[in-house]
Amino acid sequence: MTATGGRRIGDVLLKVEDISLSFGGVRALSGVSFDIRKHEIRAIIGPNGAGKSSMLNVINGFYHPQKGKIIFKDIARTDIGPYDAASRGIARTFQNIALFRGMSTLDNIMTGRLLKMKRNLFWQALYWGPARREEMEHRAAAERIIDFLEIQSIRKVPVGRLPYGLQKRVELGRALAAEPELLLLDEPMAGMNVEEKEDMCRFILDVNDEFGTTIALIEHDMGVVMDISDRVVVLDYGKKIADGTPDEVRGNQAVIDAYLGVQH
Amino acid sequence: MGFFIEVLFGGFLAGVLYALVALGFVLIFKASGVFNFAQGAMVLFAALSLVRLMEWMPIPIALLVSVGIMIVFALVVERLVLRPLVNQEGIILFMATIGVSYFVDGFGQTIWGSEIYTLDLGLPKEPVIILESVFEGGVLVNKFDLVAAVIAGILVTVLAVFFQKTRIGRALRAVADDHQAAQSVGIPLRDIWVIVWSTSGIVALVAGIVWGSALGVQFSISLVALKALPVLILGGFTSVPGAIIGGLIIGAGEKLAEVFIGPSFGGGIENWFAYMLALLFLLVRPQGLFGERIIERV
Repeated sequence: MTATGGRRIGDVLLKVEDISLSFGGVRALSGVSFDIRKHEIRAIIGPNGAGKSSMLNVINGFYHPQKGKIIFKDIARTDIGPYDAASRGIARTFQNIALFRGMSTLDNIMTGRLLKMKRNLFWQALYWGPARREEMEHRAAAERIIDFLEIQSIRKVPVGRLPYGLQKRVELGRALAAEPELLLLDEPMAGMNVEEKEDMCRFILDVNDEFGTTIALIEHDMGVVMDISDRVVVLDYGKKIADGTPDEVRGNQAVIDAYLGVQH
Repeated sequence: MGFFIEVLFGGFLAGVLYALVALGFVLIFKASGVFNFAQGAMVLFAALSLVRLMEWMPIPIALLVSVGIMIVFALVVERLVLRPLVNQEGIILFMATIGVSYFVDGFGQTIWGSEIYTLDLGLPKEPVIILESVFEGGVLVNKFDLVAAVIAGILVTVLAVFFQKTRIGRALRAVADDHQAAQSVGIPLRDIWVIVWSTSGIVALVAGIVWGSALGVQFSISLVALKALPVLILGGFTSVPGAIIGGLIIGAGEKLAEVFIGPSFGGGIENWFAYMLALLFLLVRPQGLFGERIIERV
């Protein structure tokens, strides 16, 4: 394990058991089980269409699996919505960037803090003083994230105008703003050049290291996956074909076959 | 000069009425990125509910019950129309609101009847002459129009504060931009939709009261919604103040045009002037005066 500094892998944070998901006749996932431990970086890899994104969507409540259990922080649940998942500490980014394009970087990151703000939307409209103070606290938290991700210069720029690599970074910032326990990253480095990838790797490792955030990520760049993740789970055609440390997975015959396209 | 001011005032006050309808559109557009075709039908439905309920109960109770009806309407729309269509394209939601519009038109007239009803809330209607000291002969205005302007002013102030100064405004914009992303940061989509549709239902009720008092409650009220379209194009689909300014410009513009340049076209230009103005705006400034900038990166 590539434990850095004082980072210690803890107990199981999330466990998915025997998850099966299908859309009509199409089986996206069948009988997938694995766990994610506290503070670890867990990669989910596999060829296109293996069910990786579906798995993330199941974890954060966009999809409800027909079969199986999701146990997060020792509580099992089957069909909660994305709102509940978010309020219990699961944040995520998307494969094809889902930012609020008309809003500035800062506003995007501030939306990530909505759940941290007091619940009563209406009283806030009346309590000017406390509401304003609260807004300032959250603003300060957002600024810390902006500093952390080194995006000070684009604070006020509408994100629709930013280049792709920076948009990915803002999206990471919005997810971080919720101070999640489990951070799901769907291809955080897709479409980036080498330099941008290195930056993103550094941010992911720093988040994991400094905040102790548990990270599950989907990534196609094998070099990156092998470098930064503690454990890797490999999916193919909706089934789990391997699970272990990067070295174990690399030598696994089923994984090599899946990537090289051996007849099933 | 006095005559010009009088026409201008008349235009402004007509514009306030357009703005009231436009406001309902803006609210829903801000929160879901959807042009709600049913807004006109909602105005008619709200006005019909109120006018028929007033036959049974005192006015204040009838008002409260009508507000209740519009909130129930919002809950039903969220449950039956919006919830199954989460994450769909804006155009699909728009088509759905066309369906809602036909349903509400028919449903409202089935249960409340389809005759022309007079709505009399005891609002003053007599004309008054103001600014007599400034111009010779003063300016003739209708007291009812002034009341309507005051109502619209209050409504806009409340809404502007509610949606722009509180964090619900940010949540609304987030929902309008991307349903999935909004859900992933924990914005309760369903609550937001119910709040917004309820608010726009109440705005529809206010618009229904004002229009209904002026024209009588009848089917043609649902068609005034069409006049809101140029107002929205001018003011911007996403701006509450824009709806008001747009309404005033359209209202004043069409009255002034009718009176001062109409004769050279043979008159009757009031009917199409607003749309032509909107067309020119689309060429020059498609996001409207106050709308959010349209950003497209390719």
